[in-house]
Amino acid sequence: MTQNYFELFGLPPSFSIELATFETNFRKIQSASHPDRFVTGTAAEKLSAMQLATLANEAYQTLKSPANRAKYLLELQGITAISETNTAMPTDFLMQQMEWREALEDAKAAKDIFALEQLYAEIQLDGKSLQANLIDLLDIKKDYSTATDATRKLIFIDKVCADINKAIEHLDN
Amino acid sequence: MALLQISEPGMSAAPHQHKLAVGIDLGTTNSLVATVRSGLSHVLGDEHGHTLLPSVVHYAENGMIVVGTEAQKKQNSDPHNTIVSVKRFMGRGIKDIDATQLPYHFAEQAGMLQIETRAGIKSPVEVSAEILKVLKARAEQALGGELIGAVITVPAYFDDAQRQSTKDAARLAGLNVLRLLNEPTAAAVAYGLDNASEGVYVIYDLGGGTFDVSILKLSKGVFEVLATNGDSALGGDDFDHRIYCWILETAKLSPRNAHDTRLLMSKSREAKEWLTAHAETQISCLMSDGEFVNLTISCEQFTALTANLVQKTLSPIRKAMRDAGLTIENIDGVVMVGGATRMPQIQQVVAEYFKQTPLTNLDPDKVVALGAAIQANVLAGNKSDDELLLLDVIPLSLGLETFGGLAEKVIHRNSTLPVARAQEFTTYKDGQTAMSIHVVQGERELVTDCRSLARFELRGIPPMVAGAARIRVTFTVDADGLLSVSARETSSNAEAHIAVKPSYGLSEDEITNMLKSSFNSAEADKSARMLTEARVSAGAIISAVNAALEADSALISKDQASAIQAEIQRLIAISATDDTDAIHAGVEALNHATEEFAAVRMNASVSRALAGKALDEIKL
Repeated sequence: MTQNYFELFGLPPSFSIELATFETNFRKIQSASHPDRFVTGTAAEKLSAMQLATLANEAYQTLKSPANRAKYLLELQGITAISETNTAMPTDFLMQQMEWREALEDAKAAKDIFALEQLYAEIQLDGKSLQANLIDLLDIKKDYSTATDATRKLIFIDKVCADINKAIEHLDN
Repeated sequence: MALLQISEPGMSAAPHQHKLAVGIDLGTTNSLVATVRSGLSHVLGDEHGHTLLPSVVHYAENGMIVVGTEAQKKQNSDPHNTIVSVKRFMGRGIKDIDATQLPYHFAEQAGMLQIETRAGIKSPVEVSAEILKVLKARAEQALGGELIGAVITVPAYFDDAQRQSTKDAARLAGLNVLRLLNEPTAAAVAYGLDNASEGVYVIYDLGGGTFDVSILKLSKGVFEVLATNGDSALGGDDFDHRIYCWILETAKLSPRNAHDTRLLMSKSREAKEWLTAHAETQISCLMSDGEFVNLTISCEQFTALTANLVQKTLSPIRKAMRDAGLTIENIDGVVMVGGATRMPQIQQVVAEYFKQTPLTNLDPDKVVALGAAIQANVLAGNKSDDELLLLDVIPLSLGLETFGGLAEKVIHRNSTLPVARAQEFTTYKDGQTAMSIHVVQGERELVTDCRSLARFELRGIPPMVAGAARIRVTFTVDADGLLSVSARETSSNAEAHIAVKPSYGLSEDEITNMLKSSFNSAEADKSARMLTEARVSAGAIISAVNAALEADSALISKDQASAIQAEIQRLIAISATDDTDAIHAGVEALNHATEEFAAVRMNASVSRALAGKALDEIKL
């Protein structure tokens, strides 16, 4: 199948997506292609069911996460948001990141789950405003260069949040 | 008497014929089999009407293998040859369990642990197969025919080795495994369909030896698992054990022999069950050295003894909630599954955590088997217009060992199945031509803290400077939650492929040998049976492909269609001969010839589904 993830889901290629349609279409695709539908089918049918259901899951995960969706939209424009040679980040964001990392380390050292949860919520808020920004940059202005910076920030925010969750989990054990 | 209908050779049976399929809950303490009859799921009983089969296998002196209640009676008098809670050993090595607390003689061996019995050395897979054989016979007796397959449930938190072992056991018992289904998901199906529920539900499943928590979104017949977590070594058995330790301590008993250990464990279990509905209970029994134990334990004492076990279930719940990105306000209901959830202290802690009364209106012992039967009925094709769809996840992350003994995650836990992901690695030294690939499962950063699933070698990498080779390792996890791994050097296409099973599973040959030795029939019978089976599978694929051509030949060119037709004719001709191998090869060839057609049809059916047409309108 040569169509992209948006085409597979019957959606226009934009950062802002109609969540209800997205979810409904995911279920429709899985209903038609899930391996459970072909348990008594031929080996060829099982193989193609496995391939399509896997692709649908991959597409679903990519489009569901705002950071991955933005990254994917840029890829469709031929832009790699994160690569070994392309990691430049504005100074103010780097400072912000260092602050978050420090707060994370402090809370970890203090074994303070509540502080970690606060930090998580705070960073998520920053993520939300970046997402609003990306709708403007990707869907309206089509300013892919600025959008690449914002996407990169969003990806870093996801990473920090994952690390916070890991720290909470570690303390919880 | 009604006449039996026999269809013409090579033709499939009538499409509306009900296919016999069952759901099996292979539990730590008890096992059950259920099936759907007249649209309703029922648990099947034995000749006495008992539905719960104790998961106990006794290797008797007369050579008989006894399973269930009769075997249970032998656990005190013949503990070495009476295997209880074998599920705890599935896919586990001797190092994974506390052998000092168990009455068995374990054989020294790498890989999965083995138990020495008077009937020889038995692997947990073989012991489990004995339980499955009894359930299979019970179902075939009750349903009056051979089963086309079974859905077998496993704890959601089972890793790859444990899942593979369960599938091996089913095959050894002669069952066709339609699907391995996670126990909490099965429970959600039974509960959700019974109550027409919509929304986000937590399934709290505390069985005899395993704890699972799954969070599911129920919407219009789709059961989507958002996150799952658990502890595959925590269950009702541990509560018994706490009472057992309390008895030893309170009665100041010295270490006991196997007989006394079993007796005290049985008494502990009875006490636990009694305390579910009573304020206190008496424990009295005679030890083999003549010492008499007589103690009273109250509900409060029992709750205090087991408080940290109950607390231990909260950590997996919090993890699952975080992974699903939910808070307790988002939860519409909490369903209790597994016999151990009858304990009031558990219901109380769960109610406090979720700030709502847990749902206990379905029998916690039966709900998993009932759900598995519903899924089996759908998978067997008895309900083509059914809207039921289960989207499950992988419970534990999969990764590879990288330099320094670190685990690099390739597939993260809670990814929806089926899933495939590729990761690129490179060489460490100049001129390196081989690479050892070590597959692990677990959340920890160090490989030594994860479960080792398999090691294999990729050879034939063209010599290059360090870091120049590009080795692409692809992990594929199917709908059973089972992993296969392939690796390829992308500049030279050197390829290695394995199905992950060597560390703890049985090899294909081992299963074949075990199956062969279990047939008592003569050689001629065997080959006749194999020929019949080959012809049946040829007939099945021919009718499936014919039906597909009839519905969708417009999707492919005339040349493609006639190539498939030619392959069908060839297979029909071969099927008339007695050459079993040639028939299998013909089936394989027809399959291969239809791969592209199948892919095109799959895409078309997805497009039609998105266009809003119901599946039954478009004749899949």
